[in-house]
Amino acid sequence: MPPLLKLILIRLGLGALTLLLVSVVVFWATQALPTDTAQAILGREATPERLEKLREKLGLNRPVYEQYASWLADVVRGDFGDSLVQQDTPVTKLLRTRVVNSAALVFVAALVSIPFSILIGSLSALWRDTKFDVTVSTGNLALAALPEFVVGIGLVLLFATNVFRVMPAVSRIDPGLSLLNQLDLLILPAATLTLAVAPYVSRILRASMIEVLESEYVMMARLKGLKGPLVLWRHALPNAIAPTLQVIALNLAWLAGGIVVVEYLFAYPGIGQSLVDAVANRDLPMIQALCLLIAAVYVVLNLLADIATILVSPRLRTGLR
Amino acid sequence: MSEIPKVTDSNLVEPASTPGSGRSSEWSETLRNAWSFGRTKIGVAIFIAIVLLALLGPVLAPHTPTEFVGAPYSRPSPNALFGADNLGRDVLTRVLWGGRTVLGLSIAATIIGLGGGIVFGLIAGYARRFVDETVMRLLDVLLAFPQLVLVLLLISVVGPKLWLIVLMVGLSHAPRVARVTRAAALEISQRDFVKAAEALGESRVRILATEILPNITSPLLVEFGLRLTYSIGLIAALSFLGFGLQPPAADWGLMINENRVGVAVQPWAVALPVLLIGILTIGTNLIADGMGRALIGIERRADV
Repeated sequence: MPPLLKLILIRLGLGALTLLLVSVVVFWATQALPTDTAQAILGREATPERLEKLREKLGLNRPVYEQYASWLADVVRGDFGDSLVQQDTPVTKLLRTRVVNSAALVFVAALVSIPFSILIGSLSALWRDTKFDVTVSTGNLALAALPEFVVGIGLVLLFATNVFRVMPAVSRIDPGLSLLNQLDLLILPAATLTLAVAPYVSRILRASMIEVLESEYVMMARLKGLKGPLVLWRHALPNAIAPTLQVIALNLAWLAGGIVVVEYLFAYPGIGQSLVDAVANRDLPMIQALCLLIAAVYVVLNLLADIATILVSPRLRTGLR
Repeated sequence: MSEIPKVTDSNLVEPASTPGSGRSSEWSETLRNAWSFGRTKIGVAIFIAIVLLALLGPVLAPHTPTEFVGAPYSRPSPNALFGADNLGRDVLTRVLWGGRTVLGLSIAATIIGLGGGIVFGLIAGYARRFVDETVMRLLDVLLAFPQLVLVLLLISVVGPKLWLIVLMVGLSHAPRVARVTRAAALEISQRDFVKAAEALGESRVRILATEILPNITSPLLVEFGLRLTYSIGLIAALSFLGFGLQPPAADWGLMINENRVGVAVQPWAVALPVLLIGILTIGTNLIADGMGRALIGIERRADV
């Protein structure tokens, strides 16, 4: 087997193993804690009959490993069970439009934030230690510190309620209309996510770019008389991006988690809002499905970044021989 | 690192004791270097100011946190300088009362997270091979969950109890701290003074506690500042989502949640807590950044 393929297969195997362990964590936290799960869901005043009925429904009377095995078998088939709150409606059905909405939000945020941070990071590296660079790094330091709801509320105060009133303060998507007709509702949530992610990506890109700009082949390109911008975009950027792929993937995965607070803040009907509702109502099948989904996004993105890094970095490819 | 030790009288006489005593000042050197950055001073000033506000606030507050001072969302008046909240309580008073919980819970969660992470990281970094692989892979599984999602998952069945929240926020930090600790411990465990202690037959626990841990305090200090920043964000976010402190508690995160409906009429009840949480996290992050820079400076010099 070619070594490159072997390396990728090992990564795939590890990814699958991580996913399996993730499912153990999710199951353990929701169904196998050393507390009475049925009692926790229904509260103290629950009658014995209702408790018994819920235990029956969730299969809590069976041994833990048996519960896990049958749960996992269902999950693999795409069946996450019925919601406890909206009786007899499959979780997957309730989540379908929500997943689309959240994906749209993350997509828009990524589409804006990644090119934006790459631009800012590259320029900071090019104009190292100038006023621009110092301003950007100070701004990054502050933005990286701020919790996303602070950024979001700041934007609401500024653009939606108190200073200017140019944006909607809440983003209640009309399910009857296409998302494309309501893009204005996406602006503030996407801007919040963008501001939360940009500092990390631009910072790592700046560091990577500085290293590349000081390398011999960039000097060579310069000595050959290539113009500054051309050297930057044509020669330096592709090499500077490779080491930052991991960070970019990590931040995309972070977006999948960051939407929890942002969707709640803007009342945006996505999976983050669903998770908050599900935790408030102790809707176990819903919590299990959402946590698995969010963790799976992370694992898959990380895997893709790993494989992309292997494929694009010549050192890793040739180092195998 | 390729250090060529100079043979001098002192390390001929007492080879094992030099690193221990010489390095106990390592973290204080980091602190001293960190202090030379303006940003660290600003960060410390912000942090102290907010801590004082949180501690002395209840004494200075003009009303009690549950006293009614006006109509819900009434505008600022001489009686209530920043107006009233959703139930007509004094915003200023509740802001002055509401910092203690955020600070206290965040600091507790950070200590738990650092403690747990250090234990796992030291074990992994020193044991190496199979134990290292196993511990780190298992911690990687926790890393697959964004911190807030992990905390929500872990409190979902038992419910939002404060001790549980603190514990779980701490737990969500542990894998991240463990990575940093492991990397640092791995490097230190190659050094001669650790080898010497091993040759003398000291127990593993003793080597970890007296030889390795004192030598990795600097990266851990940086980690503390960073984790504190994230703890504040997480704890405040949990209250904001309704899973932290419960009404009628006066807490910055909860205040934002309770008053955001009326933000257009009475912005202060939201703006003040948001501003204070924001300033606090910027302050702690400035300290972490200053210490990080100091650490890099020290490592650079050590390399030369």
